[in-house]
Amino acid sequence: MDWTAIWLSVRLATATTLVLLAIGIPLAYWIVFSPRRWKFLVEAIVALPLVLPPTVLGFYVLIAIGPLSPVGRAYVRLAGHGLPFTFEGLLIASVLYSLPFAVQPFSAEFASVDRRLLEASWSLGVSRLDTFRRVVLPLSVRGLVTGIVLSFAHTLGEFGVVLMVGGNLPGVTRTVSISIYDAVQSLDYQAASRTSLLLLIVSFVILASTYSLQRTVWVRPRH
Amino acid sequence: MTAGPGGTVLRVDVEQRFASGFAVIAALDAELAAGSMLVLFGPSGAGKTTVLRQIAGLERPDAGTIRFGDEVWCDVATRQWRSPQERRVGVVFQEPTLFPHLRVRDNIRYGIRVGDGGGDGVGVRRPSPVEGIVTMLGIVGLENRYPRALSGGEAQRVALARALAPHPRLLLLDEPFAALDAPTRTRLRRDVRSLLQATGTPAVLVTHDRVEALSMGDSVAVMIGGRVRQAGPISDVFSRPSDADVAASLGIEAVLPARVVAAADGLLEIAVHDVLLHVAERDPIAPGSAVYACIRAEDVTLETRTAGHASTRNHLAARIVAITSEGPIERVTLDCGFPLDALITRRSREELSLAPGAQVTAAIKATSVHLVPRL
Repeated sequence: MDWTAIWLSVRLATATTLVLLAIGIPLAYWIVFSPRRWKFLVEAIVALPLVLPPTVLGFYVLIAIGPLSPVGRAYVRLAGHGLPFTFEGLLIASVLYSLPFAVQPFSAEFASVDRRLLEASWSLGVSRLDTFRRVVLPLSVRGLVTGIVLSFAHTLGEFGVVLMVGGNLPGVTRTVSISIYDAVQSLDYQAASRTSLLLLIVSFVILASTYSLQRTVWVRPRH
Repeated sequence: MTAGPGGTVLRVDVEQRFASGFAVIAALDAELAAGSMLVLFGPSGAGKTTVLRQIAGLERPDAGTIRFGDEVWCDVATRQWRSPQERRVGVVFQEPTLFPHLRVRDNIRYGIRVGDGGGDGVGVRRPSPVEGIVTMLGIVGLENRYPRALSGGEAQRVALARALAPHPRLLLLDEPFAALDAPTRTRLRRDVRSLLQATGTPAVLVTHDRVEALSMGDSVAVMIGGRVRQAGPISDVFSRPSDADVAASLGIEAVLPARVVAAADGLLEIAVHDVLLHVAERDPIAPGSAVYACIRAEDVTLETRTAGHASTRNHLAARIVAITSEGPIERVTLDCGFPLDALITRRSREELSLAPGAQVTAAIKATSVHLVPRL
């Protein structure tokens, strides 16, 4: 089994999830609570990866971070090497690709918090930001868990974007899905089936435990 | 603007239009003495809750001003605005709206900030004697529970404690007793009234329940169709509605401040001014209690001489002040030591040859006088 690829995928999925937590929560907060009328545009952009072919997204990311773009040139000056076909480049692509899988569950859960609770909090002198921290976030645990798990699992299974942006460098950009593809290409069906089975089981276990958790997580007071 | 000798002036003059076409155009000028209660009274959909939410800062009027004491909370013309956080009011909604993830103790302490004196008009929130509030509201021993383990009445008591814990300058109550069963409601009304008086917190109460308005309010503003139609001390407004709409929403009854003098065999003796009335009341009320005596004009009969052995308990010497015709019915305004109306048919008036200035006897059955105890 290609443990290097598996370990790389786990690292990539973990890093992607952490970045999505950091930018997904403020983004979801803005989408839910901003009075701006044009926020539907942002919502549409966030949801784009759901409908775009991964190759299209990957193509644009490749161009955007490539040596011909300002972003790519700036990165070369800072880091001494380009973004395409690196772990960092892959991370950027993965974050964009999994954005809706984090932001949508987050914002759905934020929006479902009873507005009267927010008003009660404001009237008690607590600022909007502190209200979000003390009321909205604790009541959105389910949505946060869902978003985290979906981002992780989605990144674990991504293929097209990785191929476009990362290529196939062992230990750097060859993720588990690429490894399976390689194995099949070289007619090593045994390796492909082992790795596929592992990915299938891991994904199923993650999703099943999340759904079971959603039934019992949340506050169960002792009477 | 300036605080009167007894309290803070709340001045509301707002306009807000809704997409449905409904508009709230409300003007209100009330001096709120410490511990006193202003009732916003009116039928459902009259705009009471909108006005309350504007006072709380949870709703922005399209035009107008809201002032509290010498602070401008909202002035649309000059774009002045104080956030709900800066107004330091307590709000209790019809539903308890407790934070479900926090225990009762943490719900109550939620608004208390220790030490931190916020700038920009936000006063220092001192740690408060929460224990006193908790004791007065009878929720001792519930501190470790989560809201979902509370009954409706308990939850509303916790919501009250939470609103009062940070020492609000004004408590806003939006039909907080409406969702409770009758015995719970009565107890909670009494406790809230005494708690407000103990803490000196003035309050604005939104209700459509006239018994609630009478038993808890000191002054009342009657709202109908988005407008404040009449405001003033509660017995004045209830006894002298300014027009037919107000009268209809208040219920057409004389509301007389009275005091229970004696109680015996289920029969109470009450004094209205200096006039004694007998009242049959199912619920016992202790002598000395302040009450409102409510008498419907159609329950007052007029006699030109006293019938010695009728079953009617109350016979009052009265002078006719005025007679106004309401179709086949005549409204006879009486002075029997206190103002009282009687409704009689035109034929009766003709048979008894009643005229302003005439002396008559007003008869009221003891079962026709309804008492609302003052809390």
